[in-house]
Amino acid sequence: MATTPWEGELPAQLKDRFGAEIGECSSYLGQNFVVARAEAVIPILEFLKLEADFDYLVDITAVDYPNRAERFDLLYILYSYARNERVRVKTRIADGAKPQTAVPVHTGANWLEREVFDMFGIQFAGHPDMRRILLPEEWEGFPLRKEHSIIKQDDRWVKENLGIESGQ
Amino acid sequence: MPETTFLDSTELVLNMGPQHPSTHGVLRVILKLDGEKVNGTECVIGYLHRGVEKIGENRTYQQFAPYVDRMDYVAAVSNGLGYCLAIEKLLNIEAPPRAQVTRVILTELNRIASHLLWLGTHALDIGAITPVFYCFREREEVLKIFENYCGARLTTHAFRIGGLQYELYDGFEEQVKAFCDMFLPNVDEYEELLTNNRIWVARLKGVGILSGDECKEFGVTGPVLRAAGVQWDLRKAQPYSGYEQYDFEIPTGENGDTYDRYLVRMQEMRQSVRIIRQAVEKIPAGPIGKTPKVIKPAVGEVYISIEAPKGELGYFVVSDNSTQPYRLRVRPPSFVNLQALDRMVRGGLVADVVAIIGTLDIVLGEVDR
Repeated sequence: MATTPWEGELPAQLKDRFGAEIGECSSYLGQNFVVARAEAVIPILEFLKLEADFDYLVDITAVDYPNRAERFDLLYILYSYARNERVRVKTRIADGAKPQTAVPVHTGANWLEREVFDMFGIQFAGHPDMRRILLPEEWEGFPLRKEHSIIKQDDRWVKENLGIESGQ
Repeated sequence: MPETTFLDSTELVLNMGPQHPSTHGVLRVILKLDGEKVNGTECVIGYLHRGVEKIGENRTYQQFAPYVDRMDYVAAVSNGLGYCLAIEKLLNIEAPPRAQVTRVILTELNRIASHLLWLGTHALDIGAITPVFYCFREREEVLKIFENYCGARLTTHAFRIGGLQYELYDGFEEQVKAFCDMFLPNVDEYEELLTNNRIWVARLKGVGILSGDECKEFGVTGPVLRAAGVQWDLRKAQPYSGYEQYDFEIPTGENGDTYDRYLVRMQEMRQSVRIIRQAVEKIPAGPIGKTPKVIKPAVGEVYISIEAPKGELGYFVVSDNSTQPYRLRVRPPSFVNLQALDRMVRGGLVADVVAIIGTLDIVLGEVDR
């Protein structure tokens, strides 16, 4: 990704506050993002909310890179009403790692994290209700992982609940 | 005397949906009731889950465009606009002026159609039968314009990456202007039926209050946020497709209750007409834009969002320099807004649950994707 460094007051503040926890502050096509270590994400969200007015958690999502040691990118998209600015906080986590939940900082993170769990199998530590949200609870497999083919399904579930051999 | 009477009743768990007309699709809500009082809810969603994001990863950028219409199927044009803008951003291109103005007209027409569907069904839920016929009558006129333009009424696929799908048809301007002239008096007519109607006011005022701070806490956007007094609209805050050229206002409410949300949406329809009237006067001549045959964006990721009728609709797209998105995430306004349902109905009456689901204006196709 052909990024440019993100200069300004906010990245300077972040680097000042979190030091080595922050990898880079960059921009791509004018969109700013911070790459941080997984443990630092929640303190960063809290700092951004309380001291920099980033009070609206727009979205939480993940991207799967199966060939990487830390296979998932976890992304938090934030917006500040006061500044009219967006920033993304990005981190990398390994399969099986349990990142801290963002629910204590942003109540709205609840369903968003459940969806990430549902689709990628990333469990959030301390989440009040860590269950699937879109797929049935007994469903096996996490569809947005790259090894999951587009026509793959949980055959056992389909057979038991729909009484057919396959939904495909 | 017996130890307990029926007055010390325990909590009653009541299932509502997924096949229930007032849930506007296949939403299942499990209500925990104490008599008529709601102590808590749990939403069960996913009945319409089609794996839109997974499909996105397995189709080329052009192939995926029609799929987005199937999310919020009552505002398909908005879905398409957001998607096209996201891919255009990734390619670092812009649609030509003629396409941009036309996009604004069609998107605003779609906002009116979406709000009309909301108004008709919401009023029907509350018990007012007349508005739904009026609303569908006017919505039909919008759908006719879509049909004349692209042959489809709901899942329009009106735009292409880089511009429009079709050149405008002869008489487009006249038809849109005629619609605007016809439509404004009709909004007054709906208001005459409802705004001061005693039953309507009694059912809506003070019901399902969600304050501005609570909206921000949950990430709730769109008319629900504006009804709570927060004057925020992406068309003004971060204009796209040339919205900065048009003169319009952002209607807001004060109390954040169901009644204010009703008033805000009514005003929004009038503002949409205002935008359309300005836009239709100045559709520039020129090309409508051409979709590149092969779309291979450079490696990178972008997040682009627009003000859809329901709130902030965002697309987060990751490209790995191939013809298919590496990852395509849709940030659906309905999904995020629905999360606030529990906060809104808690402590209220069971009859208000129906009013509150209606006022949130969710579309389950978008919640479940």
